[in-house]
Parts: sequence; structure tokens; C-alpha cells
Amino acid sequence: MIVYIVRRLMQAALVMVVMSILVFVGIYLIGDPVLMMISPDASELEREAVRKALHLDLPMWQQYLLFVNDALHGNFGKSFLAGQPAMGLIFERFPATLELAFMSLVISLALGLPMGVYAGLRPHAPGSKAIMTGSILGFSLPNFWVGLMLIMVFAVMLPDLIPGWPRLPASGRGATVDVLGVKLSFLTLDGLRHLLLPAITLSLYKGALIVRLARATAREVLPMDYVKFARAKGLSERRIVGVHVLKNIMIPIATVSGLEFGQTVAFAVVTETVFSWPGVGKLLIDSILLLDRPVVVAYLVIIVFFFVVLNLVVDLLYSVLDPRVRLESRAT
Amino acid sequence: MTDAALEPVVAAKPQAPLRRVVSDFCENRLAVFGLVLVVLSIFVAVFAPLISPQNPFDIANLDLLDAKAPPGSVSGDGKITYWLGTDGQARDMMSAIFYGMRLSLFVGFVSVLAALAIGVVVGLVAAYAGGRTDAFLMRIVDIMLSFPAILVALILLSVLGKGIDKVLIALILVQWAYFARAARGAALVERNKEYVEAATCLALPPWRIVFRHMLPNCMPSLIVIATITLARAIALEATLSFLGVGVPVTQPSLGMLISNGFEFLLSGSYWISFFPGVALAIAIVGINLAGDHLRDVLNPRNLR
Amino acid sequence: MTVGLSVRNLRTHFFTKEGVAKAVDGVDFDVAPGEILGLVGESGSGKTVTGFSILGLIDPPGRIVEGSSIRFNGEELTAAKPERLRAIRGAEIAMIFQDPMMTLNPVLRVDTQMIETVQAHVRVSDAEARDRARKALVQVGIPSPDERLRAYPHQFSGGMRQRVAIAIALLHKPKLIVADEPTTALDVTIQGQILFEAQRLCRDSGTAMIWVTHDLAVVAGLADRIAVMYAGRIVELGRTADVIERPMHPYTKGLIGSVPSQNTRGHRLAQIPGMTPSLLKLPEGCAFKARCPIAVDRCNEMPALEEHRPGHWARCWRASV
Repeated sequence: MIVYIVRRLMQAALVMVVMSILVFVGIYLIGDPVLMMISPDASELEREAVRKALHLDLPMWQQYLLFVNDALHGNFGKSFLAGQPAMGLIFERFPATLELAFMSLVISLALGLPMGVYAGLRPHAPGSKAIMTGSILGFSLPNFWVGLMLIMVFAVMLPDLIPGWPRLPASGRGATVDVLGVKLSFLTLDGLRHLLLPAITLSLYKGALIVRLARATAREVLPMDYVKFARAKGLSERRIVGVHVLKNIMIPIATVSGLEFGQTVAFAVVTETVFSWPGVGKLLIDSILLLDRPVVVAYLVIIVFFFVVLNLVVDLLYSVLDPRVRLESRAT
Repeated sequence: MTDAALEPVVAAKPQAPLRRVVSDFCENRLAVFGLVLVVLSIFVAVFAPLISPQNPFDIANLDLLDAKAPPGSVSGDGKITYWLGTDGQARDMMSAIFYGMRLSLFVGFVSVLAALAIGVVVGLVAAYAGGRTDAFLMRIVDIMLSFPAILVALILLSVLGKGIDKVLIALILVQWAYFARAARGAALVERNKEYVEAATCLALPPWRIVFRHMLPNCMPSLIVIATITLARAIALEATLSFLGVGVPVTQPSLGMLISNGFEFLLSGSYWISFFPGVALAIAIVGINLAGDHLRDVLNPRNLR
Repeated sequence: MTVGLSVRNLRTHFFTKEGVAKAVDGVDFDVAPGEILGLVGESGSGKTVTGFSILGLIDPPGRIVEGSSIRFNGEELTAAKPERLRAIRGAEIAMIFQDPMMTLNPVLRVDTQMIETVQAHVRVSDAEARDRARKALVQVGIPSPDERLRAYPHQFSGGMRQRVAIAIALLHKPKLIVADEPTTALDVTIQGQILFEAQRLCRDSGTAMIWVTHDLAVVAGLADRIAVMYAGRIVELGRTADVIERPMHPYTKGLIGSVPSQNTRGHRLAQIPGMTPSLLKLPEGCAFKARCPIAVDRCNEMPALEEHRPGHWARCWRASV
């Protein structure tokens, strides 16, 4: 087990190194960052000064090494625009993104799992067909489109047309509560109101996947002998579905949810833009559009790290849920 | 239930495969509906210049007084009816949507075809060569696939800048890995079949074996993947354009149009975002509805 | 009879797209309390479906056709409500399946699967249920039961798993156990053990048993009576000694003849030529006639199950009496 973890970590380190080189080379090829910082008619002397300050006069490989050294110290330089350290900015905004991603995970599981299991148990019921069609819509419609539609309907049309219908906020994050130094907004009612639309938007894609996966697995599991045996023992249908079938479904669902969580955090970029949610995604977009390199670089490094950790956690989780895997690995 | 006698012997279907595929496909009403949507979108895209009331990119046509006109209103000089309204620059929405659909579909199709070509070559080579080449190529594929497409595309476009060609490059780069993996998977299955052995015994050159013999048998699953990827490519391009890193403002795709209308959403001029959104949804959903059923129909188990 | 199992004219058909498969087509037999009945037949004979039909575990597109009767201790099971059937399963009639690896849920612990069986029928605490499970494991001869309870199915050997399955079947001291080829998936030596255990347990507790198998040799030493099935019907039924030593139906004779034994050493093994007919297309009349060495024209008419000797029935116009 330890060997396995060490090997995974080394793989991860390799990926990070490759990524850092790619990122470095790529980012530092976009135009001249100096021109972003100062007005176009600054004197050559001023430009030189700025260039020196940003180490842009050194050869590429030296710049890279400085970059890596800084990175390992968590120093990605200061954001060109905000003036504060890039890393700090990212950490500040990360909780908002994680909150959004978690909420959407919860929604997609809470809605997707029951619907998928139902569609698997009664594949020919009209409800099931509707659920499956809905799932196709769920993963085909682009994220931002769904967000726009939700805004249109719930923040503009319905409140306009129906008096008394609550107007859901279309942008920003609600009131936050400080928990262990981290600001969380889902603990306040206002925060929840603001979370609702973006979280639903973000949950649609994954929810659709979960519905389809749950249905497919349910249909695979139901004809199995152990389900028949459970019936032969006289167990109630509720127990059979709720325990025997569900436990088997949870394994692939957990794996997919875990892997997809990374995708969700990535897709949050779009949702955050639509809803002006102050998370790391919006920060990334803004930084890209404004060529704020330190922030982009910091984001990439952190995201890659996040993915690697996530994959590791998912693997461990899988072994917890499926006893066959756990015991085998212990034997080896 | 282990009574083997309950497995009836089914006679092999004698119809020509293509006709059977088509007839199986048509059994599902939703899939046919999806196909209709797709055809509609393609029609609109191809004939955009002919069926648009106005060329929305010719500034001479625009009369700023008509800007943000609601759907159904008539232009100031009475010549055109803005069926779907106008946007902030007085462009007729319907025309803009037709042209936008053209661009969206163009980018989608081209990027998928290119990614397909590249991915298939890589996948088939990997499957046929085996060993270290295979492992190396697949490692690259795995790394590419483990990153979310949108992030890769975003970073790429931030480096390359705006422009349709750059968007194409980004989309191709993000998609080829899917095809590579699918092609390799299908090819591995084929590789073990006897006809490959036979062809090898006949001393046919490898490229011929791979492309003339193995490839046609991989086609069904590749077609399915291409369909799904096409929908994703269109959605991805729309997302990138919406975020402002995709196509340039001068040649808006549907995503860009939606983005333009975003600011007007809350102030009531919803049509500027809404109708392009509907058009986009029609294209994507159509492809997915048809593609989903296509997958069931083309399932290799059903074909043999 | 009002005690024990009484099956009359059981017909279980499967309504598929390709036609109606008559898996069980008119089966009659009785099982007295404490009696062991061996139900013998090859694949496709309908023996497994018969077992499932008794418990009401036939899934669509199959169903028990009208006119069938399954009376258990005076109660008509084909007319029972689903809730009543559920209460009977596992408590009054229990079932043991063929492959214990597939019948025990691999992701749940053994104690979970045993405790839930207990609690499905009686309201007891977890501790009490666990205790009963433990006792059941001891009863079937599994050492260190407490450890075993906390284990997962794949940590057991095949023979142990089947003992666990038997233990589960015995939890509520059922009046009847339907065992569907329980030893087929096991090694021959383990087979012998399980057979012995099963017989002992039945004798000790007075439980009746239907042992479904394709292997005549297995039930020869175990059952009180044997029923031989072919293509959905019983073709011979009688006490074990009678059926084995004085078989009346040509199919039974063929089965006995094909079992290798000391007597057949050195001789070529007798085979029954041909194959079981497809259940979708059963021939007119006797289903065995195409493979029967003594078939005549009259066999185009379906013979009835006649009691040609006392307590010994056969379905053949030319049964050797």
C-alpha cells in the first residue's frame, strides 16, 4: 500500500514538472508582460527597470529555475493587476469555488442517484423514459447556456410575471460565515439563495452522468443471482434495493463522482463567469483576458496538484467501498 | 435461470447492414427527431447567405436606431421584419443566428474531422505496433485525457490569442486523444482476428493492413464517438467564445452572440441571448439525441 | 394431503418474442414432511424452474400459468399475495442455490447477510440475530464462527460458502428446503461432505427437501424418492430403490446406464443419442421419442403418468413393468 502511494506521488511529481515547463514556456511567450504594466509611452529606462524587476532580462532557463524555486516556496509572484501575491489570491478565492463544487456534487447525487435507480428498476415506465431523455439534455446543453436560462427564468421572468414569486439572485455570493478562518456561505440563508442557481447549473452535467450510470449499473445488478437469493430469503424489496443493489451501485458512482469532481471544478470556470461568483475560476478567466501571468501560472500549478490528490483519494475511496480490492491489495 | 434450452436460436439477419442500420435507427422517434434537428441546423448553416434577410456583418445595412428592437418589430425603413429582434448593434438576430450557426457548425465539423484523422492514425499505429510504441503513445493520450478539456483549451487560447484558426487548433488538440484511444481499442479487437493474420501471411504491407482492412471494421464505434465529440466540440467552442477567448468579435459564432446578449439579459432584452441559445441547443441536442440511438444501433454486438 | 407440499399440474411458461417456451408443462408430485425428493433431469428439463416456481421466484417473461396448483401445508401458494409469499420464503420454505459465490452478495459481510435474513421474519435485536447466525454456522460445521461472521464471501472456500448458504436456509427451521444443484459447483470430496451434512440436518430437524440435480448418482444415496424430469414433464416417479434398480422409462434407463460405475468398467459407456428438444418447439406426443430406442407410432400421442407399479409412476406406453 505504501509502495503504491509513493509510486503515485512520484508519477504526480513528474506530471507537475512537465506541466510547469509547458506552462512556463507557453505563458511567457504571450506578448510582452512589461507592456501590460506600464503605459506605452514610458521611457526605455522605465521599461528596463520593470524588466529587471520581473527578471525578464535573464535567459529563459534561468527564469525557469527561478520560477521553480519560487514555486516551491509558494511564491508565484505578485499579480500584475492586484498587486498582492498570486498564491494568496488563489487561496483566498478557492473556498468559494470548492463550496460551489461541493454543493453541486450534493445536488447531482441527491437528485441523480434516485432518478437513475428508478429508471433502472422500471425501465419501461414513462417516468424512466423522461428521465433518460432529460439526462441527454443534461449532459449536452452547455453549462453557460443552462446558467443563462436559469437566470432568465428564475431571476427575471417568473418574478416579473408572477407576483410574490421570489427573485433568486443572479450574481455574486451571499453572506458568509467564518469557519476556522474560511469564509463559507452555505451556512447562511442569504448564502444559500445565492448558491442555488449556480450550483444547479454546475450539477446538471454530472447529474446526467450519474443518472445514466446508476441506471446502467442497476440494470446490470438486478438480474444477478444474489438479488434472486435475497428474494428467496424473504427480504423486502426495499431492503433488496436499498442495501444489496445500492451498495453495488455506489462503487462505480463514487469513482465517477470523484473523478468528475475535478472536471466540475474546471467547469466552475464557466459557471462562475455567468454568475459572477467570486471563485478561482472567475479569477482565472479575468487573469487570462488581462494577461496576468503570475495568477494563471499559480492557478495551473494548484489545479494540477489538486487533480493528483483527487485521483489518489478516489483510488483509496474505491478500495474502501469494494472489499474485494482492499483485501487483495493487503495481501500483496 | 440456467436452463440453456431457453436460449432460442436466432436466425442471422439477412438484410444488408446499411439498410438494417437505417431501419433500426428509425424505430426510435426521439432519434429521428434529433436527426431532423441536425438536418435543420445544417441546412441553415449552409444556406445562411441565401436565407438571411440581411447580412448582419455589413455595417452599411445597420441602422442604429433599430438597435435592441424586440422580436417581431419592423425596421425603420420598413424593409425587413426583425422576426427575432435585433441586438445592441442593430443586427437582425435571425440573420446573425444563421451566420453564427454556420460558424459554429463549421468549427465543430472541421475540428472533429481533423481530430478524427489524427487520432485514428495514432490509435491504429499504436494498436498495430504494440509494445513500447503503444505504451508511449497511450501514456501521452492518458495524460491528455486526464485534463479537463476546457482548461487545456483556455490555456492554449490564452497563449495563441483569438482567431478561428486558433480555436480550431485548440479544439483539435483537445479532441484527438479520444479518437486515438477509441481507435486503438477497436483496432486491438480487430488485430486478433483471423483476417489480419491472413493478410499478414499474404505479406501485405502494414499500412495496407491497417488502413484498408482494420479501419473499416473500426468504423462503427468511431462514428459513434465522432457524433458525441461533435456535440461536445460545438458546445466547447460556444463556451470558449462566450468566455471571450474564442472567435473574434467580427465573426461571431453562436457562443459569441450569446455572450453579447448577456449584459442585456437582466434589463429585459432577453432575445439577444435567448434565440442564439435556442439555436445552439437545437444543434447540440439534435446531435446527441441522434447520436445516442446511433450508438445502440451500431453496437458491434447487434451488427454481427 | 394437507401437510407437506402438493404440486398439481404445474405449468410455467416463458412468453418470449420468439415464442412460448414451456419450461414446465404439467408437473405433479408430493413431498411429505421430512421426506427427501430427488428431482433429476438434464439442462432444459425444467427442474430448476420447478424449484423456483414453488417459491414464486419466476421473473417475467415467465409466469405460472392458470390451472397450476402448489399447495403447501394446505395453503395455495399460486393464489397467495406477494406479502404472504415473502413471509414464507426463507422462513417456511427456504432455498439453496447452485453457486454460492454468485448468491452471496460480494460487497456485504456474511453476518449482515445472515442477520438480515433473521430480521426479515422475526423482530429481534441485532445481538439476538447475530447469536442465531452464529448458532447456525456451528450447526453446519463451520469453525470459529465469530470470525467467519465478520468475513466477506470471497474469503471462504467453495465448500464453506455452500455451508453458509445451508446455514442461512436453516435459520428459521423451514419445513421445506429446495436445493438447486447445491453441490454441482463443488469438488467431489466436498460434495460428499455436503451431501452427508444435508441428510443429517434434514433427518434431525424433520425438514423436507427437494434436491434438484442432473446427477442421478448424487441423489441415489440421499433421496427417499426420485422424480425424473424430461422437457418440462415428469417421466418417472417412485421410491429411490425402485427407480434405480427397476427403472420403467427408457430415459431413466439411459441415465442410469450412462453413469460410470464398477459394473461398467471396461465397457463402453452407454449414451443417450440426440439432444433435448428446444422448449419452444416441443414435438407432438412424447418428447423423448426422437431419442428413444423403443419408440413406436403410438408415441405420437402423449402418454399420461401412470402408476404402473405401486408407488412407482412412469410416463410411457411401453414402460417396462
